Amino acid sequence: MSGSTVMERLAILADAAKYDASCASSGTSKRDSRDGKGLGSTEGMGICHAYAPDGRCISLLKLLLTNHCIFDCHYCINRKSSNVVRARFTPQEVVDLTLSFYRRNYIEGLFLSSGIIKSSNHTMEQLIEVARILREEHSFRGYIHLKTIPEADPELVAQAGLWADRVSINVELPTDAGLARLAPDKNGATIEGAMGNLSDSIVEAKDAQKHFRNAPRFAPAGQSTQMIVGADGASDAQIVGKASTLYDRFSLRRVYYSAFSPIPEASAVLPLKRPPLMREHRLYQSDWLMRFYGFAPHEVQQAADADGMLPLDIDPKLAWALKFRDRFPVDVNRAPREDLLRVPGLGTKAIAALLTARRYRTIRLEDVARLTTSVKKLRPFIVTADWRPTLLTDRADLRARLAPPARQMELFG
Amino acid sequence: MIAVDLSEPDDFEAWRSEARRLVAQGAAPDAVAWTDGDGSADLFAVPAAVSRSEPREVRASRAFMDLARSAILHADAGRLALLYRVLWRLQDQPRLLDDAADRDVAALERLAKQVRRDIHKMRAFVRFRSVTDEDGERFVAWFEPEHRIERYNADFFVNRFASQRWSILTPRLSLHWDGMALLEGPAAARGDAPSEDATEELWLEYYRSTFNPARLKVGMMVKEMPRRYWKNLPEARQIPDLIAGAHKREAAMIATGASLFEDAPPTSLKAIAEGIAQCRRCAIGCNGTNAVMGEGSRHAGLMIVGEQPGDTEEREARPFVGPAGQLLDRALGEAGVDREAAYVTNAVKHFKFVPRGKRRLHQTPTAGEIDICRWWLDGERALVKPKVILALGASGARGLLGRTPSINKERGHALAQADGTTVWLTAHPSYLLRLDGEAREREHARFADDLAGLARMLSNT
Repeated sequence: MSGSTVMERLAILADAAKYDASCASSGTSKRDSRDGKGLGSTEGMGICHAYAPDGRCISLLKLLLTNHCIFDCHYCINRKSSNVVRARFTPQEVVDLTLSFYRRNYIEGLFLSSGIIKSSNHTMEQLIEVARILREEHSFRGYIHLKTIPEADPELVAQAGLWADRVSINVELPTDAGLARLAPDKNGATIEGAMGNLSDSIVEAKDAQKHFRNAPRFAPAGQSTQMIVGADGASDAQIVGKASTLYDRFSLRRVYYSAFSPIPEASAVLPLKRPPLMREHRLYQSDWLMRFYGFAPHEVQQAADADGMLPLDIDPKLAWALKFRDRFPVDVNRAPREDLLRVPGLGTKAIAALLTARRYRTIRLEDVARLTTSVKKLRPFIVTADWRPTLLTDRADLRARLAPPARQMELFG
Repeated sequence: MIAVDLSEPDDFEAWRSEARRLVAQGAAPDAVAWTDGDGSADLFAVPAAVSRSEPREVRASRAFMDLARSAILHADAGRLALLYRVLWRLQDQPRLLDDAADRDVAALERLAKQVRRDIHKMRAFVRFRSVTDEDGERFVAWFEPEHRIERYNADFFVNRFASQRWSILTPRLSLHWDGMALLEGPAAARGDAPSEDATEELWLEYYRSTFNPARLKVGMMVKEMPRRYWKNLPEARQIPDLIAGAHKREAAMIATGASLFEDAPPTSLKAIAEGIAQCRRCAIGCNGTNAVMGEGSRHAGLMIVGEQPGDTEEREARPFVGPAGQLLDRALGEAGVDREAAYVTNAVKHFKFVPRGKRRLHQTPTAGEIDICRWWLDGERALVKPKVILALGASGARGLLGRTPSINKERGHALAQADGTTVWLTAHPSYLLRLDGEAREREHARFADDLAGLARMLSNT
């Protein structure tokens, strides 16, 4: 394939990389190139330079170095047994693309991953080489996210952390059984071992920086991972449980969920139909509940139905509230923050504003309306100076009143 | 009325010193008319000249200063009066800003929020094009911000692109960086910026390729990348085509092969037998093996669908005559189902294998291959019109349902189909042949249970 143009290979290798959900460029250390010597800057908050019609942000140039792969994971378009067109970039070609895109303000940096060629170590070395040229030869100060290969030597993985802002290893599937069935060349213990090593290195480097100003930085934007949703039989409750364990054990910045998309050349083991995109969205909402709203994993799981699936028509917070109606209504003038966080439709920002505002005035319904997007959704769950939901929280049809109107299902969907 | 004219609408320091002087003099908000230096001054207003014997001390919290620095960049002409009113009220209510439910505070927050968003969007959506002049390469962009944020944002671009020469042209002013210093120039027009750049083609290709047509979420895109920015984003020109193509591309991915058949559906089982013998629409059809046609009663109430012919079946050109077929016959007999009265066939009509020495090892057909062959299975279904169809294994079920079900989850449930038939799932007998020990006994028992369920269903129809 080396004979084809950069344009043709870009099309193949960007297409092959798009199944990685993460495009985040935030949370790293602040840098700039005002000294005129290098190129690029990072502010703590990332920038999405464009959005594609799939609703996803384009922040980084997301590429595979090559889509040749010696592994045979069923859900992956690049698996050994697939008939896709193969291509590869040299490290220098990726560097040139990154720099020319960056100079035109198309991107915040590079997200580089790769199929496994020759061996895990060889592949990891190639990935590191791209990051090294960018950082050393071009003083590139933009964002670099390297996908790390769990089977590679820990020493190589450690090098990746020295050049990159973020490193990540995909856990791929929420259950070990799913991994064994769909990714026969991968091993859950190896993956988690590598995540553990990364997490140790990140903690050590943070600690060293406290004591020595010039201590080397190690992945200042931390590590993240990705799980594929809907390719195996795992329920939402299982996925939520897995995510929470991962957050705890490896202090991850993010767990990404990627709704399995039907891929060309699919393996017959897989469902060809995608899970509803809404499922992915509900999982992200439950992730938020655990990270910012004080929900314990088992509480999110309580919002799921008997099969462990979160409802698709309403968000998990509302689902939880409808199950635990005795916790409502909550008095916005008196309730502590933890209780306000449970109210469906009240976000962390609105709650912060309410908490300060109520020191100066008695909150009325119209005050709540000014601070939130939809007071109608909130009303059954709160008490204000001029509002009390008489019996509303006990109504049997409350769910129907709050859920969006049902749409006719596709008959042969 | 006191008239105050701000010569530069984004000059926060000028507003600050005027406002401070007016508050000190005791000029109430409704007695001050603010203008932006655009000739809209109130004709009846008098220039500021009120003086107070004892100027009062003016206070403003840091939170207010931060908010005001953003809000003053807003295009809304009323923002100066609003800022002054909040500053005025702050003198008696120093914690006013904490009360986010206050009308003025909420309005100010809203202005500041819109400005901050515009600042962020400019950082995201400026697109440079490279031109070469006598001094070398320069990166030039044309951008139309919604608010007066150009000067405020200059610092961001200097921090990021200090090592390259660049210009940002806008309808209000232009900014130029020469590698050492920032210079400000006059208002520009779109035509002043370059209209093309060779690298842009690569970017457009990247944008097309990174888009996943299987997940269309246009609303989400428009929310974050509002349409008014599109005219200056080269990649956005492709959006209508990408959306139009998306449904088509996904359908093509799922129904690979459906378009391979252009003829009308077969009208007899004989036509199907002839058709499959010549079918070369997938790789299995092209491997030189015999096609194996279904057999049994043309009016059978029960249809049995396996995966594909095996080694024995291919040689004898009859379905289910090998070891798996014998196991099936035995189990059907034990459950009291008459195989002779059923129509037996496969989801895939040719034998897919890999040669291993003298042996031909079975290979599972891909989803795509099963989906192509579904044309023939659908034909058999339409002609035989069974009431109940027994699917053996995931491949057989896929040929019937169009999706790959989990046998473990869906076995034992009658699956009603759009054509009035009922599909009943169980494992493939060749799966049972591969097991031994405890697992073998367990799976055999489940298989027998499934067939007993089938027999009950048949006796009820």
